[in-house]
Amino acid sequence: MPGGPPVPVSHARRAWLYVLGGLIALFLVLPVLVVIPMSFSDTVYLEFPPRQWSLRNYRAFFGSVEWRDATWVSVRAALVTTVAATVLGTAAAYGLAVTRWRWSRAAQVLLLAPQMVPAILVAIGLFYLYAKLELVNTLLGLVLAHTLLALPFVVVTVTAGLASFDMTQEMVARSLGASRLRAVLTVTLPQIRHSLVSAALFAFITSLDEVVVALFISGGENATLTRRMFSALRDQIDPTIAAISTLLIVISVGLLAAAQLLGRARPAGRSG
Amino acid sequence: MSTLEIAREAPGVDGPNADTLARDAARERRRLLGLSLPALVLVGLLLVLPVGWLFYLSVVDQDAYSLVHYQRLVQEPAYVTILWNTVKVSVLVTVICVLLGYPLAYLLAQLPPRAANLGLIVVILPLWTALLVRTYAWLVLLQRRGLVNTLLVNLGLAAEPIPLVHNMTGTVIGMTHILLPFLVLPLYASMRAIDPDYVRAAAGLGASPIRAFRQVFLPLSLPGLTAGLLLVFVLCLGFYVTPALLGGGKTYLVAMKIEQNVNTYFAWGASSSLAVVLLVSVGLLFAVLHRVFAIPRLFGIR
Repeated sequence: MPGGPPVPVSHARRAWLYVLGGLIALFLVLPVLVVIPMSFSDTVYLEFPPRQWSLRNYRAFFGSVEWRDATWVSVRAALVTTVAATVLGTAAAYGLAVTRWRWSRAAQVLLLAPQMVPAILVAIGLFYLYAKLELVNTLLGLVLAHTLLALPFVVVTVTAGLASFDMTQEMVARSLGASRLRAVLTVTLPQIRHSLVSAALFAFITSLDEVVVALFISGGENATLTRRMFSALRDQIDPTIAAISTLLIVISVGLLAAAQLLGRARPAGRSG
Repeated sequence: MSTLEIAREAPGVDGPNADTLARDAARERRRLLGLSLPALVLVGLLLVLPVGWLFYLSVVDQDAYSLVHYQRLVQEPAYVTILWNTVKVSVLVTVICVLLGYPLAYLLAQLPPRAANLGLIVVILPLWTALLVRTYAWLVLLQRRGLVNTLLVNLGLAAEPIPLVHNMTGTVIGMTHILLPFLVLPLYASMRAIDPDYVRAAAGLGASPIRAFRQVFLPLSLPGLTAGLLLVFVLCLGFYVTPALLGGGKTYLVAMKIEQNVNTYFAWGASSSLAVVLLVSVGLLFAVLHRVFAIPRLFGIR
């Protein structure tokens, strides 16, 4: 009886477990979902449920040049990061997966390190380095930093994909005369494409959500959306942020749905 | 299995040909490893190098080697308080996460796989939502006129709104919410791996459900629990965003002090010594963690 209660306990006797579990599940999702109706509130106090509905917060967001610019910076950085991290991470994962090398394991751990070192240390380290290289407040610097942070997710996801792929298929392709590159492109990559897409989604969301590093190395006209949100939240609760948050929730849910459809939806790693 | 192994194992390869094949194999191996080089160089330049620099900055004062920055950490009451606060908040958040996470993971592990997958979405959805959005949600919910205070007053549980945010309470609530999935996911994975026959066998031998749980299920779930709680604890130690916003500058943690030292006082030495202490603690905890639960698995991928 797979999945059934292992000990013969009736559902009634376990009711407390369902109630408790349900409450904890609500604690996890409700705070996120409550933001959505609040974003349509007409008052600055963000009441729930709002007494007066309005699109004021959305108009404030789309009407502000600063918010729009910051959104544009975040989107551009996230797109370039996605491409860079997916390419670099996939190449690294493939290289380490198909050869047995004494330092392979160490190299893998090193590639995971950007997510294990606390974000604040990555941030001040990069700030120090970028100050010398004149990369502070540049889009290039931001993309490099976000690529670093997204690499671990790509490496782990692609490594997992490769682990379930049968390498002899690649051998067969090569014995039939395909070059290694061609075998990889036409045989291997298409079969691990779900992992590749998941990896790319992780990379995108990592860059889009990242705050701490952006706080130090992005500014001026290259300040990211999260950086501006953080500053706005530190000073006062700006109701415009409810609208931005709702838009970000919609993006996350969309990406999560995409990842679920592909059967792999387990990012983990960083908080910050 | 790669070409070089085939080449080595191929029968009848001997003589002058063997040398050429071996050289080819070595070349191919180097090329394949070269594929991982760009990523490794990126990590080396952007992570290892700057963090190494922090180590150097932490032992230098006015162009001479000195341990003065570390001495300050143990002598100045302000630093001792911050280190103590960080440990206190981390322990508190970890304990609450265990209390909330264990029943949730247990429930999910008992559900049929289809229902459990739906339940898991509840755990994963917050992880996909921007950290700032979740922190903002708590800022709004916990404020003086926020939903939580309105409920407390209307239900008669509080005579007037309680200060729930911009203090330690808000910090702990927010951090618990954000870190709970990191405990539930590894714990759920290890609970799923427990063969239900063990518990059934215990029941068959006459153990009460409570006894079967305590003597069979609980011990088998301990590796997952240990992994989850260590992960939550490690993440707490370096947490910046949520404590900075929900603590309102009153509950100072290590990460916030590092930021303040750099941005407000330009005190790189003081920051670096704190950074090194944080990094060494986190590194040691990850090493322990790796013994219980392989790190790639912790990253959520089987």
